Amino acid sequence: MTQTKTPVPALRLSGLEKSFGPMKIIRGIDLDIPAGERHAVIGPNGAGKSTLFHLISGHYQPSGGSVRLHGDDITGIPPQLIARRGLSRSFQVTNLFPQLTVWENVRCATLWALGHKYSFWRNVERLADARQRTEEILREINLIERWNMPAGVLAYAEQRALEIGLAIASNANTLLLDEPMAGMSHGETEHMVELIRKVSENRTLLMIEHDMGVVFDLADRISVLVYGEVIASDTPERIKANASVQQAYLGTEVA
Amino acid sequence: MSQKTDMKIPALPSDKRSSFLARFGIWIVAAIVLAGLPYVFSSGLAVSTMCMMGTMIIFALSYNMLLGQTGLLSFGHAVFFGLGGFLTAWAMNAVAGTSSPVPLFLFPIMGGFTGLVFGIIFGAVSTKRSGTAFAMITLGIAELVSSSALILRHFFGGEEGITLDRTDMVQVLGLSFGPQIQVYYLIAVWCLISVAAMYAITCTPFGRICNAVRDNPERVRFIGYNTQTVRFMAFSLSGLFAGIGGGLAAINFEIMNSAQMGVGESGAVILMTYIGGIGNFAGPIIGAIVVTYLQLMLSDVTDVWQLYFGLLFIGMVMYAPRGLAGLLALQQPLLQTRQLHHVAPYYILALLPGLVAISGLSMVIEMTYQLAVKTAAGPAMVFFYIPFNANSPLPWIIAVILFAVGTWLFLRAARLAGDAYSQALAWRKLP
Ligand SMILES: Nc1ncnc2c1ncn2[C@@H]1O[C@H](COP(=O)(O)OP(=O)(O)O)[C@@H](O)[C@H]1O
Ligand SMILES: [Mg+2]
Repeated sequence: MTQTKTPVPALRLSGLEKSFGPMKIIRGIDLDIPAGERHAVIGPNGAGKSTLFHLISGHYQPSGGSVRLHGDDITGIPPQLIARRGLSRSFQVTNLFPQLTVWENVRCATLWALGHKYSFWRNVERLADARQRTEEILREINLIERWNMPAGVLAYAEQRALEIGLAIASNANTLLLDEPMAGMSHGETEHMVELIRKVSENRTLLMIEHDMGVVFDLADRISVLVYGEVIASDTPERIKANASVQQAYLGTEVA
Repeated sequence: MSQKTDMKIPALPSDKRSSFLARFGIWIVAAIVLAGLPYVFSSGLAVSTMCMMGTMIIFALSYNMLLGQTGLLSFGHAVFFGLGGFLTAWAMNAVAGTSSPVPLFLFPIMGGFTGLVFGIIFGAVSTKRSGTAFAMITLGIAELVSSSALILRHFFGGEEGITLDRTDMVQVLGLSFGPQIQVYYLIAVWCLISVAAMYAITCTPFGRICNAVRDNPERVRFIGYNTQTVRFMAFSLSGLFAGIGGGLAAINFEIMNSAQMGVGESGAVILMTYIGGIGNFAGPIIGAIVVTYLQLMLSDVTDVWQLYFGLLFIGMVMYAPRGLAGLLALQQPLLQTRQLHHVAPYYILALLPGLVAISGLSMVIEMTYQLAVKTAAGPAMVFFYIPFNANSPLPWIIAVILFAVGTWLFLRAARLAGDAYSQALAWRKLP
């Protein structure tokens, strides 16, 4: 895997902190993700991985530290402004528009990036760019057959796929995926790995994942998060060999 | 993920311009129906009823831009209807008698403009919040505007309201708008324009994002949209159309009263919209027609007609939350497979005991009313052309029996109808 190292990283986290009341959940994270890298975040349940994603994507306000996207400070700005800057994300718990059809779900996610914004004077069915992009994505995530079904009635794995569809629909340059494979069967996981590999080409990918096979297969680099701190951040081979990681995380996983 | 490649993909949406008929057919049919209705229902009462329905259709549809499309429960929508009506009345009174060549037809624009301006003002406050907080703020706005009407007595005309004379405008094409039938066509044209415009808005990027905000506002922010902006725009636009409705109501009745923008009127539009069905574009149209009709009919035969509306509303919320439009939509698959005639007899079977139960209940209500409120008239009363004494136990026993037996039979028949419905649906899937 070739790494396109640029002086300005796609994402730069500096001294990032988050507390809920007296509970310090994220305890000072410093992390650079170079543009174009596929980066995995691993760690035990409750380590603060999802919280970290919420901080980056604007869902939560950090208690301290900063987040930079392509050098611009995006700390604490609302999610829609971060999304417009080209950072898109999926959620660990499926987060769709249940009454809208599969087609409508994806199309809604394409609209802002295509410049249609709040237009209330153009017929949405006649927007050729939105239609093409929606069809493309539905074919990619293998949901084209289901296009006119309400998202709420889809099977679990299909909803997970649609969740990815919403995340990639805006053609964002930075993609955050929170446990995209959680709860999927082996076959579905394999398909999803290929899909993620494909959609993350020429993009920066930050992904939380528990399946070590998937992580070592996909990631250029891995960060290990334990109790709100990054205890190691390195290539898959070195993470595998890292003694403190073995002890803190990989060891407990087996036990 | 489904890998069933043998499965047929339903034809994908196209971005090509659809045929002229597909795009405008329904509106042409609607225009023809609207033009023809006064020939079918030609009595004076029928025409003025249809005039009221027209204004209420606009009002209820504008309310559904909030409730059904964007998921915003407002308790103050009549504010925009009322203010639109008052400003239209004032504008007409200002123009009346002068030689300004503004024809009557254009005055609803004043109502719409007023609704939009106040939608922007009040929307800027209320749409900063969503959910319960939003609902409470709109209730506050409704109270605020109602009590302003008590203070600004000159503008709102106190208890009497503001009167106007629609025939005092410059006449175009010899239309004086004295006869009600001419007002009917004025309302019909504005109704068609407003309904078409509101429908068109649902088919725009903004319209679809409104639906997304209704379904899951949190997620909308992560696809680049500011949910507050979406709520604000929906609120302002719905104010615009409510104002057009109010302007037409002012022209229709030639009087505006501050009660028309009170909390009661705001409640009435919720009732209408919900009974019609908020999940379907046509729902509020059906609701406005049915509720307006029932209102006029029931208020003719009983003094406590609002009580019946309360019961109808509770019944709909509990057993048919998708409204009348939802009930109709349920029949569509049966129609397509020509199964409806298997199920329809069961509907009638359920309807008959249902009517019996309602008549029992209504007897209890009317007898109570006779004894508690109409004390001066004594216990002698007439129900369904049958005279009896509300003080004797017999009519009470009969009423309770009618209600109990009717309800019991209705519940049984309803279960049978439900079974017949699912059977008819299942039959469709077998071959
Ligand atoms: N909104 C919140 N309020 C309070 N505590 C929270 C909140 N969100 C997360 N936490 C806590 O933060 C910790 C980390 O959660 P999370 O980031 O979801 O972990 P992970 O994704 O690594 O499994 C957990 O102990 C959780 O209870
Ligand atoms: Mg998590």
